[in-house]
Amino acid sequence: MKTFAAFAIGLLFGLGLVVSQMTNPVKIIAFLDLTGNWDPSLVIVMAAALAVSFVGYRIALGRGKPVFEEDFQLPSKTLIDRQLVVGAGVFGAGWAMAGLCPGPGFSSIASGGVISVGFIAAMAAGMKGRDFIRL
Amino acid sequence: MENFTPLSAALGGGLIGVAAVLFMALHGRIAGISGIAAGVLAPAAGDWGWRIAFIAGLVAAPFAVWLVSGDLPPFEPVYPLWLTMLGGVLVGFGARLGGGCTSGHGVCGMARLSSRSIAATIVFMATAIVVTFAIRHSGAHP
Repeated sequence: MKTFAAFAIGLLFGLGLVVSQMTNPVKIIAFLDLTGNWDPSLVIVMAAALAVSFVGYRIALGRGKPVFEEDFQLPSKTLIDRQLVVGAGVFGAGWAMAGLCPGPGFSSIASGGVISVGFIAAMAAGMKGRDFIRL
Repeated sequence: MENFTPLSAALGGGLIGVAAVLFMALHGRIAGISGIAAGVLAPAAGDWGWRIAFIAGLVAAPFAVWLVSGDLPPFEPVYPLWLTMLGGVLVGFGARLGGGCTSGHGVCGMARLSSRSIAATIVFMATAIVVTFAIRHSGAHP
């Protein structure tokens, strides 16, 4: 049940990405390119997702414990350290080069073919690479 | 701004928010895609099935749309494969080093008003805008 629920939630998350066209690189680059024909759609996607999750998290976390687990697994770090800033910077540069981030990478395999699969393979290599570089 | 699609953006964003809330209510976790995917590469005992299932759901979404509408969602690449893959390496590396990506920091962490996530989101947005400017004005991809 826990595994099936994860599939259903992943599907719902992916449908959100597809419906909002965040799986189309041209939409991402049109947002990031302020000097071109600017497309602010991504701001609306984030604002809507934030509004729903801001309210929903308060309800979910107020229930004390999640349905399938004993505890909530929430990040405990609060310090804005060098890893966070450098990592976010590197991530942003890669996002701009690919026009894809992790979620849209997976949800665009159907339509993006080799571009999306190549992105996912490269992303996995980058994730593994993190384990070998001390920063 | 004739390519601005506010209605589908709000609907899709709302679905992403509902998915994030359900994941917290049921699994007790942040719906951060880079974190979920990284856990597949370094599996811990009993921690693999739900990760694969979540990613399978992400992959299945456009096929579900195709079953209903008969059309796959549009995909218009902007840059060649080599630049996309170079970007992919940086996305994977940066997301692990920075502890999250657009979903984990940009949606879930910001919804928790996490100062780390707010900082990360500002940094990756600013960097992505600067790098896009550089690519667009380098002459390689006008």
